[in-house]
Amino acid sequence: MNRRKLSQNAAFSLFWAAGIMSVLIMAVVVGYVLVKGLPGISFDFFTTSPRGGLSGEGGIYSTIVTTFYLVVVTLAFAIPPGVGAAVYFSEYSGSTVGSLTGKLVDLARFGVDTLAGVPSIVFGLFGYAVFVTAMDLGFSILSASMAGACLIIPVIIRTTEDALKSVPSGYREGSLALGANRWETTWKVVLPAAFRGISTGILLSAGRIVSETAIFFVTLGGSYRVPHSLMSGGRTMALHVYYLAMETRAFDRAMSTAAVLVGLVVVMNLGINTITGRITGKQR
Amino acid sequence: MNKLETEAKGMSTQNYSLFYGGFKALNRISIQIPSNRITAFIGPSGCGKSSFLRSFNRMNDLIPGVTTEGKVCIDGRNVADEDVVQLRKKVGMVFQRPNPFPKSVFENVAYGPKLHGVKNRSDLAVVVEKSLKRAALWNEVKDDLHKSGMSLSGGQQQRLCIARAIAVEPEVILMDEPASALDPVATLKIEELMNELKANYTIAIVTHNMQQAARVSDYTAFMLTDENRAGNLIEFGTTKQIFTTPSDTRTEDYITGRFG
Repeated sequence: MNRRKLSQNAAFSLFWAAGIMSVLIMAVVVGYVLVKGLPGISFDFFTTSPRGGLSGEGGIYSTIVTTFYLVVVTLAFAIPPGVGAAVYFSEYSGSTVGSLTGKLVDLARFGVDTLAGVPSIVFGLFGYAVFVTAMDLGFSILSASMAGACLIIPVIIRTTEDALKSVPSGYREGSLALGANRWETTWKVVLPAAFRGISTGILLSAGRIVSETAIFFVTLGGSYRVPHSLMSGGRTMALHVYYLAMETRAFDRAMSTAAVLVGLVVVMNLGINTITGRITGKQR
Repeated sequence: MNKLETEAKGMSTQNYSLFYGGFKALNRISIQIPSNRITAFIGPSGCGKSSFLRSFNRMNDLIPGVTTEGKVCIDGRNVADEDVVQLRKKVGMVFQRPNPFPKSVFENVAYGPKLHGVKNRSDLAVVVEKSLKRAALWNEVKDDLHKSGMSLSGGQQQRLCIARAIAVEPEVILMDEPASALDPVATLKIEELMNELKANYTIAIVTHNMQQAARVSDYTAFMLTDENRAGNLIEFGTTKQIFTTPSDTRTEDYITGRFG
């Protein structure tokens, strides 16, 4: 009896320690970045562009603009095929089990799962070879967003498919039994019911675009100017952190930029929490 | 009404068999279901009652590998030849678990009419009110038609699903154990409602609960699996006859609770 109680307590303490540890690590990292970075942040920091050169002076205005454009354009490329493929996998491919189409669907699913695990720099090299060089789009928001789309499409497919699968089959039956066809059922009942899950996946993907560096290093270039079209190059905030830290003397500004980045990620995660919080609140 | 007309009206099957892949789930079932009456299908679990019920609105089509033999007719026409959208407009269905859409009460009921072309907001409002009244739910929801259908109680949700089915003006309502997830009070309400609805609709109900079959139905069909686990129709007659003087000993054994 005592042994059992002892092992229970031991296990409990271990898990507790593990929990504390993970929170501590996060607190130290975020705290360090904030302590070092916050003093350098001012209104001017947001409204002026980097001046370039070894000194690393200037703010981060152009990198904010670039990040914003890149996220929007990448999502525009990635959402239609990502959500579309997930709808096909979840809602339409069921009747193909056992047929040749069914085998192709299995192959496609396997492909998606594999792509989701490929390191981002591989997508970067692909983007550099195909979009930047072969298609002659150069270092540009267009090249970078297409490469970025390749990176997040598997993520969007997976999260969307999970969201669609968690929609109770009773909704579909109810709709079909009223004379709706499969598309009407998907569009009017299943997608709205899965909306929150799908948005969560999309927000997570947007976060990925904000935080990736390697893939954009080789597709977006590193121009610190404000982009004026899809064909402009640029640097995102995350890339700017890298450039500041590695190629200038302004390590403090790298920290300040990182602090802004951390703030942005926190805001996005709060957004996700509100969305998923509403799911559980509503379905109860 | 002559004999031919009677046969042309309502639902019937002739030598109807249903297969899941190589497995025969229903074996040569022939039945004539009377119009504007409640017909109950009873029998032990796995005897094919639900599969049989789902044959009338072709819900089995959704399952890969299902094949059928024989005929299922509604108003004298083979359902296999009908446009499935038109068929399901004519044959409504209420499911075992209440399954309102995660939309407002209004949108739940308006869903079917919208699909079938009613666009005008005031026309929809008329249909919604009429359907909710017929489903005996109007008084409980009329003050807030825009609250979520999911926020209603289980019994209210099931009546909402009945209203949703009625809204497309079907001739037939199929009910697959509509009260099995409900408490006794909500069950009673559904049963009272069925009694009112049969004036306008032909109702077929699958139920596990023999008391329920005895209480609500006019006709009862008893189904049982044979040695190959295929569902057979053993006996069909007025509910009174089935429950008091069954002609088949297996029916009698089941009714008196000797198995099942």
